[in-house]
Amino acid sequence: MSSLKRSQDPKLDDELKLQIGERDGIRDKLRKMCRDNHLAALSAIVICLFIAMAILAPVIAPYGEAEQDLINRLQGPSAAHILGTDELGRDVFTRMLYGSRISIAIGILPSLISLIIGVIAGLTAGYFGGAVDYVIMRVADVMLSIPSLLLAMVVMYTLGSSTVNLFVALSMTGWSSVARVVRSQTLSIKQSEYIEAARSIGVGKWRIMIRHILPNCIPSLIVLFTLNVPSAILSESSLSFLGIGIKLPASSWGLIVNQGRQFLFTQPWLCMAPCVAIMIVVLAFNFLGDGLRDVMDPYMQR
Amino acid sequence: MNGPELNAAAEPEIILRAEHLYKNYDIGRKDRQVHAVSDVSLSIYKGETLALVGESGCGKSTLGRTLIHMLPASSGSVFYHDMDIAAMSEKEFRPYRRKMQMIFQDPYASLDPRMTVRDIIAEPLETYRICESREETTKRVLMLMDAVGIPGEFLNRYPHQFSGGQRQRIGIARAIALRPELIICDEPVSALDVSVQSQVLNLLKDIQQAFELTYLFIGHDLSVINFVADRVCVMFLGCICEVAKKDALYKKPLHPYSEFLLDAIPIADPHRRNRKRKVITGEIPSPVDLPKGCCFCTRCPYATDKCRNERPELKDMGDGRQVACHYPLT
Amino acid sequence: MDEKNILEIRGLKSYFFTENGTVPAVDGVDIDVPKGKIIGLVGESGCGKSMTVRSIMGLLKYPGRIVDGSICFDGTELCGLRENELRKICGKDISMIFQEPMTSLNPVIKVGKQVKEALLAHDRSITHEEADRRVVEMFEKVGIPEARKRFDSYPHQLSGGLRQRVMIAMAMICRPKLLIADEPTTALDVTIEAQILRLMKDLRDETDMSVLLITHNLGVVAELCDYVYVMYAGKIVEQAETYELFDHTAHPYTKGLLDSIPRIGSNKDRLHTIPGVVPNLLYLPKGCAFCNRCEYADGICHEQADELREISPGHWVRCRKPIYGGEVSR
Repeated sequence: MSSLKRSQDPKLDDELKLQIGERDGIRDKLRKMCRDNHLAALSAIVICLFIAMAILAPVIAPYGEAEQDLINRLQGPSAAHILGTDELGRDVFTRMLYGSRISIAIGILPSLISLIIGVIAGLTAGYFGGAVDYVIMRVADVMLSIPSLLLAMVVMYTLGSSTVNLFVALSMTGWSSVARVVRSQTLSIKQSEYIEAARSIGVGKWRIMIRHILPNCIPSLIVLFTLNVPSAILSESSLSFLGIGIKLPASSWGLIVNQGRQFLFTQPWLCMAPCVAIMIVVLAFNFLGDGLRDVMDPYMQR
Repeated sequence: MNGPELNAAAEPEIILRAEHLYKNYDIGRKDRQVHAVSDVSLSIYKGETLALVGESGCGKSTLGRTLIHMLPASSGSVFYHDMDIAAMSEKEFRPYRRKMQMIFQDPYASLDPRMTVRDIIAEPLETYRICESREETTKRVLMLMDAVGIPGEFLNRYPHQFSGGQRQRIGIARAIALRPELIICDEPVSALDVSVQSQVLNLLKDIQQAFELTYLFIGHDLSVINFVADRVCVMFLGCICEVAKKDALYKKPLHPYSEFLLDAIPIADPHRRNRKRKVITGEIPSPVDLPKGCCFCTRCPYATDKCRNERPELKDMGDGRQVACHYPLT
Repeated sequence: MDEKNILEIRGLKSYFFTENGTVPAVDGVDIDVPKGKIIGLVGESGCGKSMTVRSIMGLLKYPGRIVDGSICFDGTELCGLRENELRKICGKDISMIFQEPMTSLNPVIKVGKQVKEALLAHDRSITHEEADRRVVEMFEKVGIPEARKRFDSYPHQLSGGLRQRVMIAMAMICRPKLLIADEPTTALDVTIEAQILRLMKDLRDETDMSVLLITHNLGVVAELCDYVYVMYAGKIVEQAETYELFDHTAHPYTKGLLDSIPRIGSNKDRLHTIPGVVPNLLYLPKGCAFCNRCEYADGICHEQADELREISPGHWVRCRKPIYGGEVSR
């Protein structure tokens, strides 16, 4: 059906769509995605599983987060320790579970914060235009011109490394790309007749922005969010691996990789397990993001 | 409307009056401007339907929007019951906004795709806090839906679930929700099919009577305008060519451009296909460099040097008729 | 195949296969286009007229496809032809012009070059100079002023009317035997529409090509066509010579359409309307597709679909109780 979208006569297609009962709501698009794109649907399930594991970590974990067992240190995978133990005899599977809480939270929360900042900035810039637009977008440009990891590192060094500061650092980098997308969408939606209709009724500026423009941006925001999460997860892993992210005794996947680094050749499972986990989650988010973009973004349709 | 038979009775009330209204757009450089509306003066009487006719780009939509403060006027005044609204700020104009509403051309683009019918029609009511409660608003919405012929059970549907004609009805319900005095209908039926077009035109007439509305009907199809209008104002390139009562205009146009427009309409009767008709040549000149004289002189077969050098004023021809032409047709 | 016909469509069925069911967008359509004639295909949006021409041109897109029928052009069967063989015919012997010229022209290539490419694509033997000359000649023929200068214009520098002329020039440059015009004037102003219609008529008279004109405007049909097909819900409901169709309208739907048009000179207070909306093709009534909107329908109409019948020579109608020439008296 999507192919109809770009044919000659949009009105004719609208009539046809009405006739064949196709619907355009977000829920319908999600249903369509699950039906047509099995990889994206599978990815969604995988992501849900990981999130469930993170939430239920204390229930699932066979050992305590910091429970040491120095006799059984650096053990290979076994029935007692599915993924073996580290140099202090802590169960790697348990640490992975607890680590996933921070890794996934850091993937989602800063993306959410940067999404909110980006939406506010983009909406204001796009709707008011002029000097407001100029100032906001130049700041965004500056943010975009600095490599995000470098910026995060600078923030972490200045503020000191802690989980909260990591959130701040990662939130600061993501908003500018969101703002750009929202601004361009706002500019095009602002031209549409239903915005003019709302103005002719006398609906106020802010109400127009929140009730009319924002809901029409949501499809691309969902896509953007899904694609931002993996990059945030990767950034956290990189920072923790470099030793300026999460601090012990808390754990995150990047930190576990960092710790396992010295045993890379003797006890490779210490590194492998978190790396594979990172890979699976990042890939799942990317597949899901691509699938969502295919159904949500009118310009990407076949 | 100043016919002798009407002079005896009370002069019909003017609700909106434009005087020497100009609307220019800057295009990049300061010295080049698009003259979308130039020197337009006209009055809209209470309860009538005034039609604005012209080809695309003649400034009819811009004029309609400038009249109701959707676009700021470059110069000139618009009087609403003797209040100059053209000079008002958006905030000052707000109480008047609800008296002037608009119906749009494209039923597919003028409704927010992410709002339900209820929310679309309720929006004006909520904006002006007309109703006390949500239930009362919904009740009003249902009444409005009933008035325009949309079944109440469609309350929570989305615009894409409706056909073009039904969407236009929803747009009409939204426009009358605030009980306005004046509605600008910007080509409300030109995107619709013939059978649906007639339904919507009838509805517009019914609504006009039921709600005592005044219409400014913007359109390009003279056969549609013949059906809805009381008076017709023909525009070309931002200027008014002719204002006349409908019957007078269709019987005997006085401006050459009105005559061409009338002749160009395709008539659904094959027996009249070989009728004598004047087909205009050429296209609308660019509104950036207006001709010095009459706007129409570049396309007019009767144009003389006087037409090219001197802009004709809108002259009163009696019986409420005005023509801007040095040599009106006789 | 009849020698007189350039195009013969027999029993064409193009269906859309959707998740909700099969949509019979074109359901058993027979159309003849005789050589040198202008044939009209009339209907409202969603009636399948555009799907019919897309089927001819091989432009149907997933999930739509031709299920059955034959499309015979000048002795060649087009159905089942491979893409590249179809392209050879479409473009050279069959040309098409669309409603919105802007979407059909490449915005970054000069219009002259685009028309020239269309010519060179189908005739490699001519030189570039010869091609340039032919393009300018064609531009003059379709009434583009300053043809040589316009050769180097980009589409956005031209007005809507000029763009449509360029489209016509592009369609005509290979001297096609059949021109398919899909709503060629719907996006244009009346004065330009009159010019384009006159141009198409003149071109037909000069070159003896055939034209299949798809439109919703019965006025355009009355002005231009020799023979008319009226389509409703994927089927032809009436076909006749233009004069016959307008003088002795037989099908209630055609009659309803004709009556819905606002006419100049009539001072009716209300327009005739066809009640209801175009039926959903997924849930067509069991009997006649028009029965739910037809004022003459009786129980049998709801139960039993009718076939096309010839009620007078060359006048076919799909109705049990035709308004004109039926056996069933009313």
